[in-house]
Amino acid sequence: MRHGKYPLIIAFLVPPLVLYGVFVLSPYLQAFQISTTDWLGYSADANSVGLDNFVQLLRDDYVWNAIKNNAILLALVPVLTIALGLFFATMLNMGGRAGRAGVVGVRGTAAYRLVYFFPQVLSVVIIAVIWQQVYHPNAGLLNAALKPLGIDGPSWLGDPRTAFWCVLAVMVWANVGFYVVLFGAAMQAIPRDIYEAVLLDGAGRLVTLRRVTIPLLWDTVQVAWIYLAIAALDGFILVQRMTDGGPNFSSDVIGLRMYNTAFGSDTKFGYASAIGVVMFFLTLSVAVLALRASRRDRIEFS
Amino acid sequence: MTLLDSRPSQAPPADRPPRREWGVANVFSHGFLLLWGLLTTLPLLWVVMSSFKDDNEILTDPWGLPGALRLENWQRAWTEAHIGQYFLNTFVVVSGSLALTMLFGATAAYVFARYDFRFKQVFYYAFVGGMMFPVFLALVPLFFVVRDAGLFNTWRGLILVYAAYSLPFTVFFLTAFFRTLPQAVAEAALIDGCGHFRLFFRVMLPMARPGLISVGIFNFLAQWNQFILPQVLIPDDESRYVLAQGLSALAVSQGYQGDFSGLFAGLTIAMLPVLGVYALFQRQIQSGLTAGQLK
Repeated sequence: MRHGKYPLIIAFLVPPLVLYGVFVLSPYLQAFQISTTDWLGYSADANSVGLDNFVQLLRDDYVWNAIKNNAILLALVPVLTIALGLFFATMLNMGGRAGRAGVVGVRGTAAYRLVYFFPQVLSVVIIAVIWQQVYHPNAGLLNAALKPLGIDGPSWLGDPRTAFWCVLAVMVWANVGFYVVLFGAAMQAIPRDIYEAVLLDGAGRLVTLRRVTIPLLWDTVQVAWIYLAIAALDGFILVQRMTDGGPNFSSDVIGLRMYNTAFGSDTKFGYASAIGVVMFFLTLSVAVLALRASRRDRIEFS
Repeated sequence: MTLLDSRPSQAPPADRPPRREWGVANVFSHGFLLLWGLLTTLPLLWVVMSSFKDDNEILTDPWGLPGALRLENWQRAWTEAHIGQYFLNTFVVVSGSLALTMLFGATAAYVFARYDFRFKQVFYYAFVGGMMFPVFLALVPLFFVVRDAGLFNTWRGLILVYAAYSLPFTVFFLTAFFRTLPQAVAEAALIDGCGHFRLFFRVMLPMARPGLISVGIFNFLAQWNQFILPQVLIPDDESRYVLAQGLSALAVSQGYQGDFSGLFAGLTIAMLPVLGVYALFQRQIQSGLTAGQLK
């Protein structure tokens, strides 16, 4: 069995390793080094400034403003998405409990499942542009629907009071369908006889959901939480395409701050990399925290 | 875990639907399901409908039906706004990058799953660790790596970069998958004198088909919809834009020119094929996208 395995290992492993090393690993490592310089991009001179970028970052109101927005996303997007996802998945997989089958989905489950997943296969850019039009102050779907009711809709993305919340809503909208399907798949894996027993014991729907379904789904919910938390720290494409962080920075996020610092009018590559490093540590700590906070005893079912 | 509340536990009669009192709740929950269904489809349908309207209809009556089936909007988007060109570009790039991702991902994962060698764990975690990093951190240095390699503004560069950034998840997923394949088949093949390479291409790869399809679907959608990487690596040369870039450029230029119908037609052209393919392969696509998260 050992004979001649090294040619294969080398042929199979070295090309992917080189590709990955050159385009992924080395840029990440360089980013940490660049973050300690005052590099302004196209010229060759970059002086090491130690941690100056990070000190400056602490006093940068624009960065704090962006972090604040990401914090709001982080607090709301996972909760809303998971709650809606669980609710719809429960309805679709065990909403109908009548009849002999005990616990089954409601009528039309297949159609719902098809439709809910639509946003997941579309590019985020398409979603952003579509919603930009939906929120359009005059020609948009939303304000046109409010008009007959006698409501003069706000300019949504053009108003600093509403712009950020509009983006947040789209973020939830775009993600719910995926988690309906994800939770649905996990619910299908729960043995039916558990539900039959619960049903016989006379438990209502809410009790069943809270005491049986969610504990059994906890691993999946935890994974969902981490993915959504990471997504909430990003939000770059939606924000850039819908509002470009405006009006007046009201919907700015860290990713956009970093992008504009690096590839905007002034190419402050050193400072931008420092923002990137901060983003990295934020993402890492949020993932670790989410993992810790949601740790519970696993419930196994065979 | 107490499942019993104060109610007496009695089995409902078999011939009658149990728990009648949920009738009201059912109307409610059906209402919510329907509402969310509308919320998801309405914006998309509206875009398709608006793609047949003229600018005047779009601006004055957003909810109205188009007065005529104006396919010239589509034609204008396809040719003048170059959506056709962007489609082709995306297709070329994703064909190349997906093939490369699958080849490199499968070979690396196979080695990690099936062979022992020195520093294997180090290599594996270096690979898979890439999943944890936000792509923003890499953007600045990546820009220079690609430029210095002479790959700036080229599809070759984009193909290599797409593949490189898809590898961590692909390797992670396929390593787990190759581990689940039975060992006995491989041993039997080796005893029969099958070489290691032949074993991989003739035996293991066909056996890994379900896993390859799942991760292939995942990567296809991720690469087809990619926006940030091309935005940094092909920022200026409009003739090489991918679809996501082209659409965002169209949305920006629409703002100046006020060609609403062209924008809606462009969105529709970009959206419908993806939704069509999804509707055809719904089960595979849904399980392909969710499989990775359940591992």
